[in-house]
Amino acid sequence: MKKEMQTSEMLKDKAEWVWKETLAIHRRAPETRIASSLSCVEIFVALYYGGILEIFPEQPLSEGRDRCIISKGHGSICMYPILADLGFFAMDELNKVCESGGFLGGIPDPVIPGYETVNGSLGHGLGVGTGVALGLKNKNSPNQVYVVTGDGELHEGSNWEAIMFASHHKLDNLHLIVDNNKISMLDHTDNIVSHDALAKRLSAFGWHCEEVDGHDVEAVQLALQKMSKLHEGKPKAIIANTVKGKGVPGLANESLAHILNPKPELIDQILGDNRGN
Amino acid sequence: MEIKPRAMRDAFLEQIWIAMQSNEKIFFLSADFGSPVLDKIRKDFPNRFANVGIAEQNLINVAAGLATEGFTVFAYAIAPFITMRCYEQSRVNLALLSEVRDMNVNLIGVGAGYSYVVSGPTHQCYEDITLMRAMPNFRVLSPSDHVVAESLIDECLNNTGPKYLRFDAQILPPIYEQGSVNTEAGFSEIREGDNVCLIATGYMVHTAMQVAEELEKEGVKVGLIDLFDLSGFDSALLSEKIKNYKGLVSLEEAFKGRGGLDALLFNFIQELASKPKFCNIGVHSQYEFELGTRQELHEKAGIGPVSVMSTVKDFMSSHDI
Repeated sequence: MKKEMQTSEMLKDKAEWVWKETLAIHRRAPETRIASSLSCVEIFVALYYGGILEIFPEQPLSEGRDRCIISKGHGSICMYPILADLGFFAMDELNKVCESGGFLGGIPDPVIPGYETVNGSLGHGLGVGTGVALGLKNKNSPNQVYVVTGDGELHEGSNWEAIMFASHHKLDNLHLIVDNNKISMLDHTDNIVSHDALAKRLSAFGWHCEEVDGHDVEAVQLALQKMSKLHEGKPKAIIANTVKGKGVPGLANESLAHILNPKPELIDQILGDNRGN
Repeated sequence: MEIKPRAMRDAFLEQIWIAMQSNEKIFFLSADFGSPVLDKIRKDFPNRFANVGIAEQNLINVAAGLATEGFTVFAYAIAPFITMRCYEQSRVNLALLSEVRDMNVNLIGVGAGYSYVVSGPTHQCYEDITLMRAMPNFRVLSPSDHVVAESLIDECLNNTGPKYLRFDAQILPPIYEQGSVNTEAGFSEIREGDNVCLIATGYMVHTAMQVAEELEKEGVKVGLIDLFDLSGFDSALLSEKIKNYKGLVSLEEAFKGRGGLDALLFNFIQELASKPKFCNIGVHSQYEFELGTRQELHEKAGIGPVSVMSTVKDFMSSHDI
């Protein structure tokens, strides 16, 4: 089943709902990483509601699904409301994040319906996704692989081993989406080890590559639609330029955003009601 | 019947090559490491073989991805690199992920202990038993000759979960008759003894055989067990075999007292009613750059036949066995 919102307004409304729900989860479970979970809201909304992914919420591991591997584990708390909304699990689970008896942790694990792999330790998703893409090709499967990473985790050399392997093996069923919020834990990546001209770097490694405003959900959807139809013997990457802590004053684009928690009162004020309580 | 000596890797890969002819779900990955039999696999099954290059992290990750798609994966590299270079990839994508997914990934590491004799400590491997046994869900298999190695194919094909096969890089003289090894038990009793039993793994089974023969000439009859499955052996059967011994000696071509075979056996005998005395023989805890034959390196490390002979005798006399 592919879920496709009828209008771009609906996609935008969904993105806003996910953004708010993610903040509400963080209000209840401050152990979750909020800033990196707000930079990728539109990426996941486009993937899951934009007619891109073939999904089976009632049987998440159905053979006919597209494989979406979420490598940036901590920074994907926004997936919780999405998966609940799509019926992968009960909405009530959102009230039990990081609590005993729940399964939605501070870092998502593959016990969560809808998650494919172990996440959180960075630099693993792309390599595993590459193996999955190779396996699907071998099985002549029409299904596609989407891997979402942060930009900070591209410092892990394992990614570049996978990047070289994927282009050599012409894995054009493999899509990498980089949530390029340009900040890792301690600073802007430009001040650590720069990913300057990332798209050019990936192109030089034999990937088809596009850049997009990662907060323009329609633009992300269009880029994904275009790319998923492209089968020219090249793996594909979308660099989604985003803002870490998007929309939250005092958090957005702060160099320490990864480890900052907005005050509960601020979240309440943003949400405009008491949903966080 | 005389069995021709053969490299463990060739004997085992031959079995994979045979299985690949009827089982289309077998995929073979190499980190730019070969063998004469691998050439047959590459030639006959180009669509189910990939050389990932000198990239062990990706070797494990690609293996994990293929396994989640239902392939039975064999991943092949030099032992220290396939275990230690990519340890966290194995931890996260094999040990952890196999907790919730059916995955069959078999890591084949060639170069156990000192078997890359002149290559020095980068290519030698004395930590792998400890490290790979540290991960739940991983099965660690350490054959002593090519007959055991090739017999392990069924265990690998029929049981899901990640496994690590620890192969010697040298061609060793065969210990067993073809097809005579019961791999399900996870060990083989080579000789029965009176008071002391040597329990060895991998190459050290050969040393233990030599020592047992020497001791017999002096009138001392020691038992010898080849423990080749270091995580899935039949513990009830092993208890039965060793319950009457007064002393046990572990022998491994791996660091002594650092969590390898000796730790395994030390923990194991705590459960035995007989509480035998225990002596562990392994590599002295230091890295050695000096060149020498394997025998010379072994004597220096305290695991050569002469050293073992003297350690075993000391052990017996100090405990009045």
